[in-house]
Amino acid sequence: MQIKAGTKLHSTVCDTDVMVIKGSGDVALTCGGQEMAAARSAPAAELDPALASGTAMGKRYQNADGSVELLCIKPGKGTLAVDGVPLEIKAAKALPSSD
Amino acid sequence: MNISLVLQMAADTFPDRVALTHNGVHYTYGQIHAAAMAAAAQIVNSGADYVSFLGESSPATVIALFGAAMAGRPFAPLNYRLTVPETNRLIERLAPVYLIADADKVPTVPQGAAKVLLSGDEFLAAVASGGPAEWDVPQDEEGVAVQLFTSGTTGEPKAALLRHQNLLGYVLGTVEFAAAEEDEATLVSVPPYHIAGISAILSSIYAMRRIVQLPQFSPAEWLAQCSAQQVTNAFVVPTMLSRIIDHIDETGGHPDLGALRALAFGGGKMPLPVVERALTLFPHVAFANAYGLTETSSTIALLGPEDHREAHGNPDPLIARRLDSVGKPLPTVEVEIRDEDGKRLGPDQMGEVFVRGPQVSGEYQGRKLTDDDGWFPTRDAGFLDKDGFLFLAGRIDDVIVRGGENISPGEVEKVLREHDAIQDVAVIGVPSIEWGETLAAAVVCKPEAAVTIDELKDIVRRQLRSSRVPEHVRFIDALPYNEMGKLLRRNLKAFFA
Repeated sequence: MQIKAGTKLHSTVCDTDVMVIKGSGDVALTCGGQEMAAARSAPAAELDPALASGTAMGKRYQNADGSVELLCIKPGKGTLAVDGVPLEIKAAKALPSSD
Repeated sequence: MNISLVLQMAADTFPDRVALTHNGVHYTYGQIHAAAMAAAAQIVNSGADYVSFLGESSPATVIALFGAAMAGRPFAPLNYRLTVPETNRLIERLAPVYLIADADKVPTVPQGAAKVLLSGDEFLAAVASGGPAEWDVPQDEEGVAVQLFTSGTTGEPKAALLRHQNLLGYVLGTVEFAAAEEDEATLVSVPPYHIAGISAILSSIYAMRRIVQLPQFSPAEWLAQCSAQQVTNAFVVPTMLSRIIDHIDETGGHPDLGALRALAFGGGKMPLPVVERALTLFPHVAFANAYGLTETSSTIALLGPEDHREAHGNPDPLIARRLDSVGKPLPTVEVEIRDEDGKRLGPDQMGEVFVRGPQVSGEYQGRKLTDDDGWFPTRDAGFLDKDGFLFLAGRIDDVIVRGGENISPGEVEKVLREHDAIQDVAVIGVPSIEWGETLAAAVVCKPEAAVTIDELKDIVRRQLRSSRVPEHVRFIDALPYNEMGKLLRRNLKAFFA
């Protein structure tokens, strides 16, 4: 599907919502094994138990080369993946609060 | 993208956690989110193009900021210290406007100037009665979230535009969601019309750190709130920190700052003696010096707590001087120093600070100042050292050109400020037949301290060189600052005229 920074995507197998932080163009983005959708709908498929590591609110997920980065804005049970490869949680930068 | 995402996520995650405390009254994330949705519905129904706020910090500020975002209208807070005619000219520029004003300001707004005019209390009452259960937030990519008027020291105030993507870029790039512990509280004493007031709301809500509002700063009230609300984090401008330290010294008190973990400062040059005094006075506090501009959605460089402690009293002069820097650029922005011809300069070479990144708007209404590659000229002079620490040397426009030689007021001020008798000093350029421009110093002496003009000139001659010696030196009771601690150099020109 076509994505760009700011695109919101919904899982079709769980409650997960993400916002694209980084990435553009045609990306095969899945949650729980099923392609994510631009419009929210009732779960369309069963969650694959092998792809149910879950998503955590406010965490950032990225692929190995860092070309795609997603922010979880609603948590769910599925595993986020690009081209079938599960995304990793991006380590938080520990910046001191400046405001 | 829409900045209301910040509030939505917080309200989805911990709706019953306290988000905000004002005059001892608590508001939860869920309550603020519901009120913001109600505000959005009313704003859309009103047909206004802007949402404006003329008043001190209150829960209405936070609700109006997010309500405007959810309604897809720019939030344009106004400086409540402006005169009535100045304010009314700005209100005209925002028409048709949904205006929330402090009760004492409401009668000063001309009839019919605002589409909707409510006092803060009326606004809170109007949105407390409940709104829609769901709200379809507009995701306009280019949408303007916040419009801030510059202080207008040169003509009519300019309207700086901060788009949703700039502000969200800043928050998502620098703050970890819900990273704050439930006992953390941040004391916000900067006004809502200042970028630091806006970024404080967005960052604190995203971190889920309770906001404690201090609408009118005074050192005594600041210290009292720190104690009463067990404040863990705070942001102050340099004059505020100076006044807090003076207050502690004068009253000889031992304020209860036991809960305070982190103190950030920015919004102007912090005099080195103040930082050093603060480091000694509050040994348990983590200090952060933030450098940012309105046009960059707040902080772009940061001198963190470890940098402060490492530099403080370090025998290596290159490390010790970092205390006078604004630290390193954030990982999410790039900083470059360029000369007058736009050529990129190397370490320790003084030039103009340029910045690029998602949070950089660099834009005024009708005028974009970034170049084709996204670089924004800050008009601040400075240099990067070999380790990447950024040192600032004042505004480019304040540079004095004496006989073809560029002189930064900051370098001369720094030398003079180190004299024991001097409390404050400002160096400006004044017209000279011989040099085109020459240096003039306005000096504030400490009470009961004395120093001669020749002595001051001699210090500069010894530590710098003869071209840096102020030709004119005058003593003055106090330097002219605006309410945010920004030195008004233009007013000083009149003093020497």
